[in-house]
Amino acid sequence: MYAYDEIDRTLVNERVSEFRDQVKRRLSGELTEDEFKILRLQNGVYLQLHAYMFRVAIPYGTLATNQLRALAHVARKYDRGYGHFTTRQNIQFNWIKLAELPDALEDLAKVGIHAMQTSGNNMRNVTSDQWAGVAPGEIEDPRIWSELIRQHTTLHPEFSFLPRKFKIAITASDHDRAAIKIHDIGLRLIKNEKGETGFEVLVGGGLGRTPFIAKTIKHFVHGRDILSYIEAILRVYNQYGRRDNIYKARIKILVHELGIEKFSREVEEEWQHIRNSSLQIDDEVIEDIRSRFTYPAYEKLPHMPDELRQAAADPDFEAWRKNSVAPHKNQGYSIVTISLKPIGAPPGDATAEQMDALADLADKYSFGEIRVGHEQNLALPHVAKRDLPALWKALDKLGLATPNVNLITDIIACPGLDYCSLANARSIPIAQELTRRFANHELANLIGRLHINISGCINACGHHHVGHIGILGVEKNGEEVYQITIGGRADENAALGNLIGPGVKFDEVADVVEDIVEAYLALRERPEELFMDTVKRLGVEPFKERVYATR
Amino acid sequence: MTSPLEQKKIKIAGPSIVTANRTWDGIVVYRTAAKSWSADLSEAAIVRNSDEAKALLAESVADDVGAIGPYIAPVQVGADGKIEPGNLREQIRRTGVTIGQSAQV
Repeated sequence: MYAYDEIDRTLVNERVSEFRDQVKRRLSGELTEDEFKILRLQNGVYLQLHAYMFRVAIPYGTLATNQLRALAHVARKYDRGYGHFTTRQNIQFNWIKLAELPDALEDLAKVGIHAMQTSGNNMRNVTSDQWAGVAPGEIEDPRIWSELIRQHTTLHPEFSFLPRKFKIAITASDHDRAAIKIHDIGLRLIKNEKGETGFEVLVGGGLGRTPFIAKTIKHFVHGRDILSYIEAILRVYNQYGRRDNIYKARIKILVHELGIEKFSREVEEEWQHIRNSSLQIDDEVIEDIRSRFTYPAYEKLPHMPDELRQAAADPDFEAWRKNSVAPHKNQGYSIVTISLKPIGAPPGDATAEQMDALADLADKYSFGEIRVGHEQNLALPHVAKRDLPALWKALDKLGLATPNVNLITDIIACPGLDYCSLANARSIPIAQELTRRFANHELANLIGRLHINISGCINACGHHHVGHIGILGVEKNGEEVYQITIGGRADENAALGNLIGPGVKFDEVADVVEDIVEAYLALRERPEELFMDTVKRLGVEPFKERVYATR
Repeated sequence: MTSPLEQKKIKIAGPSIVTANRTWDGIVVYRTAAKSWSADLSEAAIVRNSDEAKALLAESVADDVGAIGPYIAPVQVGADGKIEPGNLREQIRRTGVTIGQSAQV
């Protein structure tokens, strides 16, 4: 966990007071909505279909148990008893009252949580690998660098009014769980030949109306220079990024239109002006941030404790363990992913009761720490293997032990037309129906790793472009129509999916997905060949034929 | 279900109302003939041509403290005068999410 200092606490508290005054002036009519809108957006407050929506940041996806309890408290006291974890390590509350928002923010501030820059045209929450600090083979904990960037970019006056929102993600593992290639800036932590920490810097990734996979702009930027290099990118973007057309305002468009070579020359030129300035990071700064992260006092534990050996006889436990439990860098410990995708339920939702109970379990079994992943699941990062059977039983009682992590029912979905004012079609009911169709665990396991992503409009909050199967809801002649893509992925081999054919109606989506899956099962060369590999080998055509032959 | 945020020209094809969200708590409200806001669709003022729609919208926008984000939305009016939402988006805004589960807590 990271311990905030007095500066952080003061900043967050002052922000609450400031917003309380702004809300008061808005409700009295002293501020018009036009004047107030930018202020509320800077505090994560949107207006959605039914009410205001309040988005709270969970920097680099790390939560302490008192913070999770505070989120549960907000859900219970100010909302309707649940929250929705998003694809960018945030949580959203859907029914918050403007008049009560300052109180909710004040309650969150007590545990160091805020909503600054979770909306608006500024630097959004810096995200990272939810297994940061515990993943085997990780070069070093990327959260130290995430925190450095978070501090530097929070309320940075030069970057508070960018042409459009700006998102950074960081990974330090070979396997990219942070989806860095679909971010405005993606950072891959690496070491140079001298063993010094630095980053491969990628730029111009993003989804939405015009999707792009990020391109490498520099193969190695030394850690001490990373702030100046990011700042150089932001300055070039701030200067040349389009402000005349919201659909062309993201940095991905600028990189595309200039070309990566010209864009990188501009950045290089700017960087040379600022790299030897106060932006150069002293080792002491990094060490100070590092020292504020605390790590558990791990015990020396056996690789295969008796408790785990005995529990292996229970097929239900084994089904959960195989999909939810991942290796930890320390022997005798595991990383446990908590599926927020129960069959038939909205993906990513957790009730206040579940959050409170999970906080208790994290205190008991995971040194008081919880992680949030972009797949809309949670994780307990430090669970002793001997505790896995007991943890599983406790999670099962809470409805949090669905054994479907990375399987076809582990669906990523945006709120869609059920909540979102931008949406054209519903997402969540599609996800619910799909989880019912593939509820049989043996079938889901037979299918293997398969990610479905659903967005209810072209803004792509459900990341449909990079779903192994992507589903995009659009509106056509007043009806919901869904376009299906296959072959996308969000990992280190990120790719955009390809459209399989004409859109299909709401009631047909689950049938189409069943057809695609049946085609895959018939076409794969062996059970180990994953869906993505079959699509890569054969392309879209055989799936298209299967889906449209009878439609 | 084209988002009303993309509503550029006021052109209505049938009976319409003005809807918005109440400022202090965000709930869905409808502009009434009494120049006020109501959470009950049956109390909404009905407009039937562009000029009426423009006038109702202008009056609604002016009441910035009462409600925010007003826009024109289609409705269906039955022979008995009963008003129903004219599209899925407005149906969801009126009756709530379609997903059951925790959303209905």
